[in-house]
Amino acid sequence: MNETVTTTAAVTGENEPVRLKKRGYWGEVWHRLKKNPVSMICLGFLTIMILAIVFATAISPYDYTAQNLMERFQTPSAAHWMGTDDYGRDLMTRLLVGGRYSLLIAILSVAIGIVFGMIIGALCGYFGKYVDSVLMRLMDVIMSIPGMMLAICISVALGSGVFNTALALAVGTIPMIARQLRSSTMLINSQEYIEAARSFGESDFKIIMTHIIPNTLAPIIVQTSLYIGGAIMGIAGLSFLGLGVQPPTPEWGNILNNGLDYIYDFATRWHVIVFPALFIVLAELAFNLLGDGLRDAMDPRMRQ
Amino acid sequence: MSLLEIKDLTIRYLTEDGDVKAVNGISFEVEQGKTLGLVGETGAGKTTTALGILRLVPEPGKILSGSITYKGQDILRMSEKDVQDLRGNEISMIFQDPMTALNPVMTVGDQIAEVILRHQDCTRVEAQTRMMAMLDRVGISGDRAGDYPHQFSGGMKQRIIIAIALACNPKLLLADEPTTALDVTIQAQVMRMVNELKREFGTSMVLITHDLGIVAESCDAVAIMYAGSIVEYGSLEDIFDHATHPYTVGLFGSIPRLDIETDRLKPISGLMPDPINLPTGCAFHPRCPYATEECRLDEPPYWEFTPGHLVRCHHAELVAEEATVS
Repeated sequence: MNETVTTTAAVTGENEPVRLKKRGYWGEVWHRLKKNPVSMICLGFLTIMILAIVFATAISPYDYTAQNLMERFQTPSAAHWMGTDDYGRDLMTRLLVGGRYSLLIAILSVAIGIVFGMIIGALCGYFGKYVDSVLMRLMDVIMSIPGMMLAICISVALGSGVFNTALALAVGTIPMIARQLRSSTMLINSQEYIEAARSFGESDFKIIMTHIIPNTLAPIIVQTSLYIGGAIMGIAGLSFLGLGVQPPTPEWGNILNNGLDYIYDFATRWHVIVFPALFIVLAELAFNLLGDGLRDAMDPRMRQ
Repeated sequence: MSLLEIKDLTIRYLTEDGDVKAVNGISFEVEQGKTLGLVGETGAGKTTTALGILRLVPEPGKILSGSITYKGQDILRMSEKDVQDLRGNEISMIFQDPMTALNPVMTVGDQIAEVILRHQDCTRVEAQTRMMAMLDRVGISGDRAGDYPHQFSGGMKQRIIIAIALACNPKLLLADEPTTALDVTIQAQVMRMVNELKREFGTSMVLITHDLGIVAESCDAVAIMYAGSIVEYGSLEDIFDHATHPYTVGLFGSIPRLDIETDRLKPISGLMPDPINLPTGCAFHPRCPYATEECRLDEPPYWEFTPGHLVRCHHAELVAEEATVS
């Protein structure tokens, strides 16, 4: 009896590579992503960080605005895991709450960039001719301005605030996504199934929405992860310069800027610089590495 | 009255290097329920003709003159919206390469249902039911509707494309070399199915091919195309038993026959002319064994060899005579 069981198990084991029950496309991507330890560590790290950020006020015993001037510049201890800042506020609570703004703005800016970039790119690639020329020259103009400088200018012009900061950063990503989508649209547009869709009487709008966009999504999704990493850096940069999110609202960039005032006493007050910097670097690194892992996982040539 | 009547259709690709004369004043008709074979070499203008019927000639192609009358209406004079309603519903097309004619990120079921939803006034659920029925008709089990194109073999993909093309029960089917990309056994299977469905639905068909074997099996009438014009046009019998154009004769001479023992095939010498600089007079004269001075100077008119059998050659009589002797 036992033997039969083992045999069946062995048979199923042998048959495994020839899976007849197929996973969907995303199942396949997930399956390959799981095999990449770096990606999984990044994914784990990001999950923990995002959960901590979302539930920051529930987890932390401290109020992120509560000042305690008796406990200024305390180094990390059991009570304050990452120490306290110049007003005696718990640094970890401030960093976690600040992460809400960093992540929210990053996601918002990438979302704006992708929506507009995709629309412009798809229109250029699909219609070509003067639509393409006009829109693409406009994109070239935006691209010719260094990204950070553009963000600073727009941020100054619009003023601070979550949405304005997101918009300031999004403008720089629009041309990059538009270019990418334009080239993939042109490639897909010459495929026979687009011609076939036309021969079945589909309208241009329907062809773009149901046939072209879904076929260009894979690389865009990978880019999203990379762009979010970049956007976190960008927001921190803007806030660090005093644009973007304004104190007392915490944000990684302005916390770091605040800590920088005390760099002359680095030996005893190192934590007010190191921890915000660490948050920024680790978050960006994790998003970038996850993006790389996703790209590898989605590359059909990696398929076994 | 015929279902489709093409008169004097001229299509050119206006490129920077000159005008590519893809289709030069061709005329033919397709009768209700019949199949017309459009035969010719690569580059003879067959696909352009088919795309012209759907008004989908790609840039920089232009339909310069002529008329395409479908059910008494000139397609070339219709509004874009009316033509869109016609495509897929009244006239649909089967493409050459099943590997690339399906959207890789959409399930095949959705792709069939899409066409039904586009043209028929029905709910999503009804479209699903019809899609299942259509899949069943082409011999693919309904529970595979949720699969993606890469999970099917080439022959199955072509059957799915046929299912899409026939989903709205069109009156006219344009089949652009439907079997070229398939291997021989699958070719026969697909052609048998197309013919069966055609009979069942009473569909007319324009079958584009360079395979004379498929023509013999499926067509009622045949038009032989060379360098953008129809050089010979007639019933299947006219063309196969009484070929009178040197090009048609050459085509038959270059396929092996089982009933006659031959050591060498007789290919047509030379190559297709450059469609930007077509030869003067008869476009075939540089390759024609019968060519005379007259062929170089004058384009031959259509000559009715027997009723319904048109041929465009100055020496048709001579060719016909020799063909009968040999």
